[in-house]
Amino acid sequence: MIADPPIGEDDLNAFVDGRLAPERHALVGRFLADNSSLGERVAADIAARNGLRESLQFKAAEPIPARLRIANLAVERRRAPRRWLQVAAAIVLVALGGIGGWFAHGRFGATSIAQGEAPIAAEALRAHRLYTVETVHPVEVAAAQEAHLVQWLSRRLNHPLKAPDLSAQGFHLMGGRLLPASSGAAAQLMYQDDGGARLTVYLRADDGEGGTAFRFVKGQNASAFFWTEDGFGYAIAAQLDRPQLLTIAESVYQQSKSSVPTQRPPPT
Amino acid sequence: MDDVAAILEPHIPGLRRYAWALMRDREAADDLVQDCLEHALAGWHMRRRDGNPKAWLFTILRNLYVSELRRRSRRGTRADVEEADSAEALHDSDPERRLIVRDCLAALDTLTEEQKSILLLVGVEDLSYADMAKALDIPIGTVMSRLSRARERFRQAIETGSAPQLRRVK
Repeated sequence: MIADPPIGEDDLNAFVDGRLAPERHALVGRFLADNSSLGERVAADIAARNGLRESLQFKAAEPIPARLRIANLAVERRRAPRRWLQVAAAIVLVALGGIGGWFAHGRFGATSIAQGEAPIAAEALRAHRLYTVETVHPVEVAAAQEAHLVQWLSRRLNHPLKAPDLSAQGFHLMGGRLLPASSGAAAQLMYQDDGGARLTVYLRADDGEGGTAFRFVKGQNASAFFWTEDGFGYAIAAQLDRPQLLTIAESVYQQSKSSVPTQRPPPT
Repeated sequence: MDDVAAILEPHIPGLRRYAWALMRDREAADDLVQDCLEHALAGWHMRRRDGNPKAWLFTILRNLYVSELRRRSRRGTRADVEEADSAEALHDSDPERRLIVRDCLAALDTLTEEQKSILLLVGVEDLSYADMAKALDIPIGTVMSRLSRARERFRQAIETGSAPQLRRVK
């Protein structure tokens, strides 16, 4: 018969948490009965633990808010092409640099996105900062002349453009302007919501040298999602948090895909 | 996606409880949980198959919270909860139980982030000591001594009523 090992700190913690095997629990209980001051402290710890559990129980008993349902979170992800998943994963790795033992170390190099490495994002944020504060001349050509605006910018950028419709996200087109860019010309389309918040879509030719992946960058006053598709760069800038901006960027992405003229056979 | 939901959703009530205990603000806490779930979905294929999804989720949430604290302290704003608000928890009609809730939450506020997390994750969310060691990236013996220390501080804060809840102006 081997003697029971002496009582340790781990036994006392496990006693408070009710995690000891029955025999050990009884043994520690007898030990505490013989050491009344320690026994009182452990009893107070148990009472404090129960008090904390009871204090917080109401929160776990609440119904889960709709926005936290996995199905709802997943819809945003499924609507997008798979590339978005990889990019989102890259963002996670940046954000979770220190998650330690859960991820294989070394396999995933977390690269932080500096604005300097992504000229289009830097340009878009600069233009956003400069023109969104304008009250008198926020745009060069107003949305009232949308057809003219789009035709003019398409010609100057040598790329067929379309002003994305963001009314589903509460933003309506104010107009746009032509800007000088590192690659020649760029276009800025400005949108505003009913609360006066402004959002800009920045467009220009992009050889994809800075990478073509879908990425997020947080500037001082605004954030941007940006990507390159078929030699053309897009950046969506606004003073919004990431999930909100993501929804809008996804919408712009989808609309830019569908604006590429494709000859579809009529439905039969 | 249904199987992912079946694995993740049972943990959402606990994640919301832990986040609320840390943030003490309904919307901010749910923002943190949403952030945590988005990260979990994005990193789903990178999780350890043999690992425990519950411990993985709580670890993600805590890491997000800790990096938010660091960001705030870099910006010079107070790094702990600015206005710990327990009003949401004080719903019980029994005044004595309300007192217990108030004392417990006020005592929790006197602890460091790590002490709070150990008390909450072990004592409320029932994480194993081994998972706690992984979450904090420390040996299990260190978990034990820090848990003892956190319990001692928590117990003393309740006993002496040193928690400064009376100084708060509503």
